[in-house]
Amino acid sequence: MAVLVIAEHHHGALADATHKVVTAALKFGVDVDVLVAGENAGAVAPAAAKITGVRKVLQAEGETLRKQTAEAMEALVVPLMANYDAVVIAATTTGKNIAPRIAAKLDVMQLSEVTAILDASTFERPIYAGNAILTVKSSDAKKVLTVRGTSFAAAGTDGSAAVESIAAPAGPFKSEFISEEMVKSDRPELAGAKRVVSGGRALGSADEFKRVIFPLADKLGAAVGASRAAVDAGYAPNDYQVGQTGKIVAPELYVAIGISGAIQHLAGMKDSKVIVAINKDEEAPIFQVADYGLVADLFKAVPELTDAL
Amino acid sequence: MKVLVPVKRVIDYNVKVRVKPDKTGVDLANVKMSMNPFDEISVEEAVRLKEAGTVTEIVIVSIGPQQAQETIRTALAMGGDRGILIKTDELVEPLAVAKLLAKVVAEESPDIVILGKQAIDDDSNQTGQMLAALLDWPQGTFAYKLDKDGDKLKVTREVDGGLQTVSLSLPAIVTVDLRLNEPRYASLPNIMKAKKKEIAEKSPADYGVDISPRLTVVQVTEPPVRKAGEKVEDVAALVSKLKTAGIV
Ligand SMILES: Cc1cc2nc3c(=O)[nH]c(=O)nc-3n(C[C@H](O)[C@H](O)[C@H](O)COP(=O)(O)OP(=O)(O)OC[C@H]3O[C@@H](n4cnc5c(N)ncnc54)[C@H](O)[C@@H]3O)c2cc1C
Ligand SMILES: Nc1ncnc2c1ncn2[C@@H]1O[C@H](COP(=O)(O)O)[C@@H](O)[C@H]1O
Repeated sequence: MAVLVIAEHHHGALADATHKVVTAALKFGVDVDVLVAGENAGAVAPAAAKITGVRKVLQAEGETLRKQTAEAMEALVVPLMANYDAVVIAATTTGKNIAPRIAAKLDVMQLSEVTAILDASTFERPIYAGNAILTVKSSDAKKVLTVRGTSFAAAGTDGSAAVESIAAPAGPFKSEFISEEMVKSDRPELAGAKRVVSGGRALGSADEFKRVIFPLADKLGAAVGASRAAVDAGYAPNDYQVGQTGKIVAPELYVAIGISGAIQHLAGMKDSKVIVAINKDEEAPIFQVADYGLVADLFKAVPELTDAL
Repeated sequence: MKVLVPVKRVIDYNVKVRVKPDKTGVDLANVKMSMNPFDEISVEEAVRLKEAGTVTEIVIVSIGPQQAQETIRTALAMGGDRGILIKTDELVEPLAVAKLLAKVVAEESPDIVILGKQAIDDDSNQTGQMLAALLDWPQGTFAYKLDKDGDKLKVTREVDGGLQTVSLSLPAIVTVDLRLNEPRYASLPNIMKAKKKEIAEKSPADYGVDISPRLTVVQVTEPPVRKAGEKVEDVAALVSKLKTAGIV
């Protein structure tokens, strides 16, 4: 028995999410191999080989895999699954795009956003925006999981696994990568950040969002997040959205500014260690989960806070 | 072109769900049910494609109990042409939903199937991708923007870090994200008209699909409750609390 982890990597760097997925995979109590596929796989594989507990790294690079499109990843991974009893991948947009295709091809019911692995066939996952925790037993012969990064600690980096190259699948595939528009930022990456400052609809404009939220985030060395309302209104980019249908975060400090605290938002941040809320409405539901609540006008309070830190 | 739009009847997004004391599931008795919000976005997109002359027919399909017919009617009132209800009182997992939808696709031969990215009850985010794999079709998930581009479909996707655009050969699967459009409310005349639109009733057995679950529920529990902390007087008090607690 062995488990395959599909590595997440960007621009030639292994993502921290991968170390967390390895921790989850090791809970199966068997050998864990890591597949690094796509652009720069050769450069990333050595970092994957250093993850503590990894037996072997498979590396696949080639034109068809360049952007890890789901169609090509399915063609690569499904044949490999003859050697594995489970495949585990981070519940990121990449993982969510790929995993169900593999599951369907294996005739397996996938387990999404797993937060605990109780044994090799029993798993916990949140449902209904995290308002209920489901424990399920899978009767499928093989398991396909996406796992939530905030629920598993990152594995160490004192391993020395062997790296083996495997062939990229031959194309062409019916989907073709055209372009991407990535948001450039020097701030920490939202999903793994130790501190997060999020703004909501109350900011009123993209300019005010920048003027009020960014200096506080920079003072704290924090990543910036947003509510859906702020993203929908164009105050912040899409991938800043924290919540049930956006990113799940669990930093040491989460500062919610001008955010009411709808269940869909809470789903993405209520596992944060310390929550600070600034809202002018003392009845706002965000205060029900906040460790420190300040009832105030954010346009006055936030610059004051930034100065005081 | 023809579009198929699968819609799911789910607990309304405003309802605070309650876990049953016997831990077998959540309490669905007497709670408001609605169309999955992402599916409203799918229906809206299909209707806009039809209004633009790109699409000629929109078929709505739902798998669920008799009441799922109301969800189909809502989609028909928004602009769908006809519906298919695959009636079952069983809980149908995404894999089985995808298998049923694959059979509907074989019968209906749509050029595009537009699904929601995620059902807000099971939060699975699987069905569209699974359907794409079963059909060996390309997929454009988490769609932010859709453009017909000659004989291809250009899909701009919401991904971690920004936006990504892919070009899909048709037929194709699309799953929609929140920013694709803002769904309309059905007008009263359209609600009246929708009452006359045809809804075919089928059963999973009609399609020869085994829907027995692969997952057994061990238990459903309440998440740990987070207690409200304290209100602070002003910014100075907040800073001093954070410093004392060693947070900043
Ligand atoms: C299918 C679906 C999925 C969703 N997914 C998500 C998700 O992933 N993430 C998410 O966040 N939401 C999500 N939502 C939306 C969610 O339901 C709420 O609508 C949203 O979170 C509200 O954002 P908000 O708190 O910024 O805005 P509002 O609810 O409008 O709150 C604004 C707050 O700002 C306060 N305020 C106003 N002015 C000031 C001021 N000057 N100073 C201080 N405070 C002020 C107000 O008192 C209010 O509490 C989803 C909804 C649906 C239907
Ligand atoms: N029972 C169902 N009937 C019709 N469509 C469904 C059903 N279940 C899921 N879907 C579709 O699949 C999407 C994703 O659901 P899920 O994979 O369960 O998160 C939904 O937004 C619907 O478009």
